[in-house]
Amino acid sequence: MLDFVKKDSFPHGIHPPENKDDTSGLPIRQFPFAPVLIVPLSQHLGKPARPVVREGQEVVRGQTIAEADSFMSVAMHAPASGTIRRIGLAPHINGQMVEAVYLEPLPASTQEIADGEPCDVESATPDAIVTAIQRAGIVGLGGAAFPTHVKLRPPEGKTLDTLFINGVECEPYLTTDHRVMLEQTEDIFMGIRYLLKVTQTPRAVIAIEANKPDAAKKLAEAVPEDLPVEVRVSPVKYPQGAEKMVIKALLGREIPSGGLPADVGAVCCNVATTAEIGRLLPRGRGIQERVITITGPGVSKKGNYRIPIGTTVRFALEQCGAVEDISRVFMGGPMMGPSVSNLDIPITKGTSGITAFTAAETGGSTGHRKVYPCIGCARCVEACPLYLNPSQLGILAKFEQYEQMADDFHLMDCFECGSCSYVCPSHIPLVQYFRMSKKMVRKMRAAA
Amino acid sequence: MSPLKKLLEIGSSPHISSGASVDNIMFNVVLALLPVTIFAVYAFGTGAALVLAAAVLSCVLTEHVLCKFAVQPTTVGDWSVAITGLLYGLTLPPDLPLWMVFVGGAFGVGVGKFLFGGLGMNAFNPALVARAFLQAAFPQAMTHWQMPFTDDRFTHIPSSVLAMPFAEPVYDAATQATPLAQMKFEAVFAADAQLMYGLTTGSVGETCGVLILLGGIYLVARNMMNWRIPASIFLTVAVMTWIFQQIDPQTYPGPLFMLFSGGLMLGAVFMATDMVASPITHTGCWLYGLLIGVLVVVIRFWGGMPEGVMYAILLANAVSPHIDNLIQPRVFGTGRKSG
Repeated sequence: MLDFVKKDSFPHGIHPPENKDDTSGLPIRQFPFAPVLIVPLSQHLGKPARPVVREGQEVVRGQTIAEADSFMSVAMHAPASGTIRRIGLAPHINGQMVEAVYLEPLPASTQEIADGEPCDVESATPDAIVTAIQRAGIVGLGGAAFPTHVKLRPPEGKTLDTLFINGVECEPYLTTDHRVMLEQTEDIFMGIRYLLKVTQTPRAVIAIEANKPDAAKKLAEAVPEDLPVEVRVSPVKYPQGAEKMVIKALLGREIPSGGLPADVGAVCCNVATTAEIGRLLPRGRGIQERVITITGPGVSKKGNYRIPIGTTVRFALEQCGAVEDISRVFMGGPMMGPSVSNLDIPITKGTSGITAFTAAETGGSTGHRKVYPCIGCARCVEACPLYLNPSQLGILAKFEQYEQMADDFHLMDCFECGSCSYVCPSHIPLVQYFRMSKKMVRKMRAAA
Repeated sequence: MSPLKKLLEIGSSPHISSGASVDNIMFNVVLALLPVTIFAVYAFGTGAALVLAAAVLSCVLTEHVLCKFAVQPTTVGDWSVAITGLLYGLTLPPDLPLWMVFVGGAFGVGVGKFLFGGLGMNAFNPALVARAFLQAAFPQAMTHWQMPFTDDRFTHIPSSVLAMPFAEPVYDAATQATPLAQMKFEAVFAADAQLMYGLTTGSVGETCGVLILLGGIYLVARNMMNWRIPASIFLTVAVMTWIFQQIDPQTYPGPLFMLFSGGLMLGAVFMATDMVASPITHTGCWLYGLLIGVLVVVIRFWGGMPEGVMYAILLANAVSPHIDNLIQPRVFGTGRKSG
C-alpha cells in the first residue's frame, strides 16, 4: 500500500501483534536460585573472558570470576555465593559448546552482594568510566550483547551529537525494557550521566514506542533539571528497536551500509543497559543478574523477573509452570529469538526473554506450512527496513550464488529481523536462507 | 510426566507469521473476478457461460494431468490455474467454439506455464499466452462478436459454440463490430457511458469497465494487487490519447473511450498485474505500466489490428525481468544504486 512515512518513524517495516499485555503490567520479581548456575565465559561478542577462579573455590555473590581478556571482552561475576564445581563446556544457544563456569549456590547463604571499587560520576575521567563499565561486565542487554564500553568513546576525528537511549522494545511479547523504564527510572538517569560524560554528546534522546505511554510519561516527568534529555515517542512499528531504524526514525539519518552509528554522529545504548550502568557503577558491582520476560502461551506464570545469570532454561520453565502442550521455546521474542534446542542452555546477559509456544501458535511458523514458489508479490521488498530485495536474495540463495548475494544485493547488511519471512505468502524461510548464506560468505571470505 | 520431559520442536525464527498465503491471495483474485464473470453471463447468455466453463475446465484439467504426468503433487489447489482459466475465458469472444477454447487452454497452461516451471516461473501471463495462440490459430473465430443483451440469449445456445472440431463454425447470432474496430475502420466513436457499463460488443468479460475496476479496488484494499501498474497504464494511455485528440479530434478518440474500450480495463487491472510476470520494485512497476500504455496506444492507433492490449502486456512481460535487473531498490545507507 501507500508507504506514507509517519512522523518519527522509518519507512517499510511490519506490524505483528504485540502480545505484551500479559506481562507489561506485572512488576519485576526476584527469581530463585537454581541448584546449579552455568556462567559461560563468552556471553558477548568478542573474546571470551579469562577465568580467575579454580574448581572447588568458594565465591561470594558479585565477585569477579573471570576478567576481560582484551579490549573486546568483559568481566564475569558470580551470580550467587557458592562453590565453583567445574570449569568446562556447556551448551550455547548458537548450537556450539562453550567454556563455562559451573557454580553451585550455597543454600543457606545471606546472598549479600560484594561491593567493588566505586566509580563516581562526578570525579571519574571518561577513561575511568570506560574501564569501570568493562569491569562491571556490561554488554548490550537488548539482545546483541555487544560489549558496551567498546562503542562509547567517539572514534578518532568524529564528534557525536546524540546519545540514544533505546527503549523501543519492538519485539512482540517482551516487556523487560518497559518494566525497567517504569521501575528503574532513577538508575536510567544515573546511567545517562555516565554515558554523556564518556561519549561527550551534548544531549540524550530516550526513544520509546507509543505502546508504552506510562513509561514515556514517567520518564518525561522525572528528567532531572540539569540533564539535557528528551523523551521521544514513535508510532509502533517493527523493527524500530534496531539501531539503524531508531536513528532513521528520530534523526532522519541513515547509517551507511557497513558503517557504525558514529558515522552519523550518534551512539546507541539500550535502556536496560543504561539502567545497569547507573545501578552498578556507583557501587563498583558487576552484572550478576538481569531482567527478563518469561512469557507466551506455553507457561502459566508469565512475568518479568530479575533472574541470576546462568539459570538454565529448564529451571526457568519449571518455576514458571510449563503447560502440558508446550511445543517450542525460544530465547527472546518470536521475531528474532533463536529456538532452544537444549533446555540446559543457560540464560546469559544477552537474553531478554524466554517465550514458550504451544502447538496452537507454532502451527503458523516455519516447518509447519506448505512452501509455495516465490510469486513476486513484492511484500518482502515492501517490508524490508533496509530496502533490500529479499525475493531476489531468496532465489539466489536457493541456487547458492552467495558471492552475488553479498556483492550485488547487500546480503551482509541484513540484520535478520525476520520481516520478510513474516509477510511472505509463499512461506519461504527467507531469513533462514540469509543466515546460512551470510555464514557461507564469511567462510569464503575467510578462506580467500 | 513433566511437560519438559517430552520432545520440544525447534525452528528458525520468526516463529510467527502474517498468515498470508498464496492460495488465499489467488482465491481472492477469483472472488474479485466474480462480478465481472456474472455480468458476462448476464450480458451474453449461455454462450458466455459455456465458454467460461470450458476455459476454466481446460486450464485446471491441463495442469492436473501434467502434474500427474510429471509425477508430482497436483498444484491446482493453489487456485492460480483457476485464475488463469477464468481470465482466459473472459478474454474470449462469447460464441467461440468450445473445442477451440479447450485447445487454447491446454496450450496456455501447458506451454505458457508448465513448461516454464509452473507457478512463479512463468515469464508470460498464461491466460494471454492461450489467447495469443488462439488469435494466431483461429483469427476469424477470434474476431467474431456476438451482440450483447439479445432476447433469446438464455434460451438459445449459439450454434458456433458447439461446432465440431476442425469444422467451419456456423454463426446464427446477430453480430456487430467492436467499438475499437468501429473506431479504427469506420471512425465511429461509441459513447463513453456505453463502454463503462458494458453495453457494447466485445470479449466475454472485457466490456463492463466499472465492475472490473470494482474488483481491482477490492484487491488493492486487501493489499493483493500492485495499484501502480494499472495506474501507470491508465495515466500513460490517457495522456497520450489526449495529446493526439488535441491534434486531430476526427481520427483520434478521447481518453475515456480508450480506457474503457476493448480489453484495456481487464488487461490493466487483472492481466498486467500478474505478480510473477511483472517487476518487483515500485519504480519498475511504473515503468512497466508506461511501456504497456505506450504499446497499447501505438498498436491501436497505427497498428494493423484494432486492439493491442494483449500483445502490449505480453511484450512487457518479456521486458519485466530486464526492468528488475536494471531497477533495484536503493539499499539503506547507500547512494543511488547504479545497475
